[in-house]
Amino acid sequence: MNIFVCIKQVPDTETKVVPNKDGSFIETSSIKWIMNPYDEFAVEQALLVKGTNANINVTVARVGSVQSSEALRTALAMGADDAILVEAADNLDSYTTAKALKLAIEKSGKKPDLILTGKQAIDSDCLQVPQLLAQMMGLPSVSVVVGFELNGENLVLKREIEGGALEIYNVGLPCLVACGKGLNTPRYASLPGIMKAKKKPLTQHTLAALGISDADRKVKYSEFKLPPEKPAGKKFDASEEQNIGKVVKEVVTLLRNEAKVI
Amino acid sequence: MINFQLNDDQLAVKETALKFAINEMRPAAAHHDQTAEFPKNIIHKAWELGLINTCIPAEYGGVGFGHVDGTVITECLAYGCLGMNTSIMSNDLALLPIVIAGNHEQKEKFLRPFTEKFQIASFCLTEPANGSDAAGIKTSIKDMGDHFLLNGNKMWITNAGFAEIFVVYCTFDSKQKHKGLCAVIVEHDRDGIEIGKPEKKMGHRCSDTRAMTFKNVKVPKENLLGKLGDGWKIAMKTLDHSRPLIGSSAVGGAQAALDHSLRYAKERIQFDVPIANHQAIQMIIADMTMKVEASRLLVQKAAWLLDNGQKNTQYASMAKAMASDTCMEVATNAVQIFGGYGYSVEYPVEKIMRDAKLIQIYEGTSQIQRIVIAREGLS
Repeated sequence: MNIFVCIKQVPDTETKVVPNKDGSFIETSSIKWIMNPYDEFAVEQALLVKGTNANINVTVARVGSVQSSEALRTALAMGADDAILVEAADNLDSYTTAKALKLAIEKSGKKPDLILTGKQAIDSDCLQVPQLLAQMMGLPSVSVVVGFELNGENLVLKREIEGGALEIYNVGLPCLVACGKGLNTPRYASLPGIMKAKKKPLTQHTLAALGISDADRKVKYSEFKLPPEKPAGKKFDASEEQNIGKVVKEVVTLLRNEAKVI
Repeated sequence: MINFQLNDDQLAVKETALKFAINEMRPAAAHHDQTAEFPKNIIHKAWELGLINTCIPAEYGGVGFGHVDGTVITECLAYGCLGMNTSIMSNDLALLPIVIAGNHEQKEKFLRPFTEKFQIASFCLTEPANGSDAAGIKTSIKDMGDHFLLNGNKMWITNAGFAEIFVVYCTFDSKQKHKGLCAVIVEHDRDGIEIGKPEKKMGHRCSDTRAMTFKNVKVPKENLLGKLGDGWKIAMKTLDHSRPLIGSSAVGGAQAALDHSLRYAKERIQFDVPIANHQAIQMIIADMTMKVEASRLLVQKAAWLLDNGQKNTQYASMAKAMASDTCMEVATNAVQIFGGYGYSVEYPVEKIMRDAKLIQIYEGTSQIQRIVIAREGLS
C-alpha cells in the first residue's frame, strides 16, 4: 500500500510577517520555517496506518523553495520512508501546486492508495490544494477530517461541520483525506529518527522537469502589503451623570459624520 | 575556523528537545516543584525520544552524539524545567565513567541495556563529610580475592531511589588520597545497600536526592572500572565531560528566566507605559542578555574542545562557573523585574531562582571551579 502525504513548509506561527521590498511576496530572509501544523496531523495519520502493516510505504511530498527543507526532514525523522521535493517559488498558486503534486506523485511510479494532506495551510489559507489535487487525480476527497478508521479497503471518516456536529463518510480507497485539528496527536521526531532520516531517499524535481510553466498559473499576485494601521480609538467619559447627555450627542454626531455608519 | 552555526542535525535535535521541553516539561514543572513528585513518566518519554543517555557511543546502541550536540539538548531541557533536567542529565553523569574507562565487556553489559530499556543510573561521589574534598572520600573497597567488599556512606545521590546501577567512587587506602581512589559499578539489588528517604530541598525539588549506605556489599571484580587507583583520573575526566553539560543547563535556565522577563516587561504597565519602556528595566535586560549569550558561547567552546580531542579542563570549569553564576544572577533579576509577582509561586521565575542556586553548588562549587581555572592558568 502506498500512502502519499502532501505537506507545506510555512512560517512559524510566531513570525511577524512583513512584505518584501518590492511587494512581490513576504520577506522570507529571517523566517523560521515549520511544517504546516495541519500537515502534521496528515503525517501522523499516515504513520499510524503504517504502524499496522509492514507493507505500507509512506512518501512525503512538498512543493516549495529549496534553501531549507526542515518540513521534509521532520516528516522523515517522524518515520516517513521517502520524500519528494518539487523546487518552486514559495508564492505558487493553489492550482500550480496541486498540478505539481499530481505530476510528482505520478512520476514516482507508485500508485497512490491514500493521499493525506492538511485541511489548509496556515500561511496563505487558500483551502484549495487538497480538492484540486483530488479532482486532477480523479479521486474522491473528504476535508476537515477529525476521525479516521481504516477497515481493509474502506475508510470511515468523521468530518466536522458547523456547530460542532459530525458527518460520517464511508469512502473506498483510493481517496484523498484532508486532516483537521483533533484527528490525532502528532509524534515528536525522535533523535534516532533524526539520524536515520539522513539516509532516507529524497527525490528532487524542478517544475520544468515536470512540464509545468508559468502559463499554468491561474492566480498571479499583484502586490503584498500590510493592512492600514487602525487609528487609535476615541474615549468618552460619561462617568459623571450631568455629562451623559452631552457625550451621547457627541458620539451620535461622530458616528454619523465621521464614521458614517448611521 | 570559527563557525557559530548549528548544523542541520543539531537544529533538528534542538527542535525536538525544545518542543518536548515546552509541551511536556514546562506545563508540569510547577506541580512537580510543589509536590516534589519524581517525574518518572516525563523522563520515560524523554528516553523514548532519545533525549537521555546521549553519551552512549553508537557502537553500544547509542545515537552517537558529540559533546556540542549534548549541550544543545541539555540547554533545551533545562529551559523546560531545571529540576527535571537534573534527573535526566544524571544518567549521563553516571554512565560517562563507563564510557570513559569501561572495557568492551563492561560497556556491552552496562551501557547497551540503557538504550534498549528505560532505566536509571546514579553517580555516587559525594559523602556526608566530603564534598569539594573528593580525594578525601572514606567509602572503602577491599579486595577479598574473588570479589570486592564495599563499605561507606554517600550523600546527595541523584535518582538513587530509582537507579538500576550505581557508579560508586571509593578508596582502597584513604591515606593515599587521590592515588587510592577507585570507581566500581554496583547493581541496585546487591545485599547491603541502604537507600535513604528523599531529601527535602530548596530547588530541583522533583529530582530524587538521597543518602546511601553500603554495608559489606559484595561487588564482582569485573565491575571495577580501570584498575585500583584509577578512580581520581576517571572522576576528573568525567567532570571535564559533564561540566559543559551542567553549564548548558544553567544557560537553559537563564534563557527561560530572560524570556519570561522579556514577555512580562512588555505586558506590565507602570507610569502609563510598559515597564520595558523604562531604561531602568532595559539596563537589567541588556545585562541579562549579554551574560546568557556569553555563557552559552563559553559552554559550547568547552564542549567543542572535547569534540576535537583537545584538553578542556580549564574551559569546562570556566563554562560551569560562568554559566551557573549567570543563571543565579539572571534568575534573581527576573524576580526583580516581575516585582511582587516574581516573588509569588503563581509566576515561574521564583522557581528558577531557587533552582539556579544548586547549579553553583553541585558538580564542583563556583569556588572550586575558580581554583581549577587558576591552577590550570598558573601551571
